[in-house]
Formats: sequence, C-alpha cells, structure tokens
Amino acid sequence: MVKSDFGYNSKVEGEVIVTRADAVVNWVRSHSVWPMPMGLACCAIELMASGGSRFDISRFGMEVMRFSPRQADCMIVAGTVTYKMAEVVRRIYDQMAEPKWVVAMGACASTGGMYRSYATLQGVDNIVPVDVYISGCPPRPEALLDGMMLLQEKIRNEGGSLRRTFRGRTVETKIVS
Amino acid sequence: MDAATLLSRFPATQDLAGKDMPTFRVAGADLLAAVRFLRDEQGFDLLADLCGAEWQDRPTRFGVVLHLLSTAGKEYVRLHVDAVNDRVPSVAALHPGANWHEREAFDMFGIVFEGHPDPRRILMWDGYPFHPLRKDFPLAGIEVPLPAADVAAVTGQTVEPAPMMGGPFVSQGGKMSEGEPSALDQSWNEQQPKA
Repeated sequence: MVKSDFGYNSKVEGEVIVTRADAVVNWVRSHSVWPMPMGLACCAIELMASGGSRFDISRFGMEVMRFSPRQADCMIVAGTVTYKMAEVVRRIYDQMAEPKWVVAMGACASTGGMYRSYATLQGVDNIVPVDVYISGCPPRPEALLDGMMLLQEKIRNEGGSLRRTFRGRTVETKIVS
Repeated sequence: MDAATLLSRFPATQDLAGKDMPTFRVAGADLLAAVRFLRDEQGFDLLADLCGAEWQDRPTRFGVVLHLLSTAGKEYVRLHVDAVNDRVPSVAALHPGANWHEREAFDMFGIVFEGHPDPRRILMWDGYPFHPLRKDFPLAGIEVPLPAADVAAVTGQTVEPAPMMGGPFVSQGGKMSEGEPSALDQSWNEQQPKA
C-alpha cells in the first residue's frame, strides 16, 4: 500500500480513516484476485505447483482458483494457444465479469514461443488484452508469483476504478451503501 | 511370421526385405484381408501404429504404413500400402485403435480412408482448407480466416503465417560437437568480467 493512500493519525482522527474511493476499491481488488487457470500446456504444471504448499500462492491473496470464468477476474493463460483453441480462450475471456485481467504465462502464451508453426497463435495478445507477460519456458512458480504481484501493483495504481473504459465502452461499478 | 502364406494368398504382395522386421507392400484391395489374416491366423493382434507418408518421387504420392504387433509371438510386421488416388481402405473395423490414427493421416495428408466410421479431421478444425504435413505446404502456414467468425470479427485476427525469422534452421551436416553446450567465448564469466 502506498503511504499517501491513507492519511491516518489516530490522535487527530480517532476511528476514522480518510482515503480515496479508488484506493479502497483497488486495494480490495488487488488482494482478492480470483484466477481462472487457462492451463493449455506444461506451464499449467508450474501453475499447479504455485498453488501447492511449497510455493503457496495464497500468501498473496490469489489462491481462489475458479474453473468457471463467471467466478474469476484474472485469466492466467498458461501454455501454447493454438488457433483451434484461440476461439475457446476468447469466449472464456468474454464470459468473465468486469473488471478482469489477463496474465500471459510463459513464452508460448506471450509470443507463440518456439512454435513458429501454422497451428499456433503467435501470442495470446492477438485475441485478448494482456496485462502481464511472464518470461520462461515454463516460468518457475516464483516467476509466476512475481508476475501476479506485478499485476497487484498494476491493479493498485489503476485510475478511475469505478469507471473504466474498455475497448470503447465504459464499465461502471456502483457502490451500494 | 509366416511370410510364405501371406505372399501366396495375396499374390500382389511384395516382400520389401525390411532390415528390422518383416516388411511387405500390400495392394490396397488386399489390405483388409491381409490384416484380417495376420490378426486371426498369425496372431498380430495389436495395431502398434498407422501413419501416412508422402513420397514425391513415386507415381503414387501418398501411402500408409502399418505396424502390427503379435503380443503372443512378440514380433512386429510392417505393411506398406500405396494410396492410389489418395484412397486407402480403413482398417478401423478390424483394429478399433486405427480410428484416430486414420483421422490424423486424413487431417495431415488428405488420405481418404474408405469405410472409416467417423471421417473427420482430428487436429485442425473442421473446414480448414489444407493438409499441413504435405510437402508443398509451407511450415509457416497459409493465411485463412479464424474458425470462429464472431471472434475474428471482434479481434480482427486471422490464421497468419508464423514469422520464421530466417528459419527453419536445418543442420548442414558435418561434424557434431560432442562437448556440453556452452558459450563459444569462455574467457569471461561472473567472476572475471569481459576485458
């Protein structure tokens, strides 16, 4: 958390914390990332290892892997995306609720990797907007955790969290009090 | 493996004198009967492999190669079949395991397996216009629309030829290094900076 987000002095302000709505919303979002594991190849094995006890992705508040896109807000594309699979990846992305983020895990998801071939999509950013690219073939779980922390950093610094413009349309989040 | 019976019962069969296992060229018309003979009378009860092949220098461009294993006799036999007019009879009725192999050979080479129970593509999507393992198909691919029209409309993406960056990189032959893979210039490392 950036210090300036909260101006809190208990002697002066008692039990009241003053902040910006964006900062609170971003803080909540960044510590409750629900990833949707789009495991397509060997990167998915490292993704599974990240969820295990040794690397323990839950230390960073993103262990709630959901296999339904409607319950997830961060798609981790782990593996080679073929043109045949590209349609599925895009549809699953479309089914995720706003706000949503995409992590391209590994060389294949980022650029097509070693597959310079007629069958392989040359980077998942050709069909969905990607927020974080993670290098490696496959990346170590530490690299995935680092990438996910970068994503948290990005979420924390997003402006206009309640009103985001995405591909020409505006998505508004309502706060019900 | 009783080669004499196979050759006498199917006169069009040709012994190719395989170096690693008995190898025969079987006529397409004889294929089903020959596979049935090998399965029921010679004990070749397992279809180990079925694959397509392309020979550019032969009158029949495509062929199919079958490997049959006798689990009791512990021996293999290899059958070559020429795909005359790109057609070969399907052996999926005799060996159910041939089903997906034949679909792959159809997908990659365009060999039509007559009598196949489910003659669809298996790797590329339905409606893909090419057969990618043919020798005249470029490795990078040929531009075609994405299979899903709505996804293509939203993303503006097509199935593009892959950037080959000067590849494919093929070894030119010659002597191969037997050492561990390492940098050519070993004069500097983490401890010793480059001069």
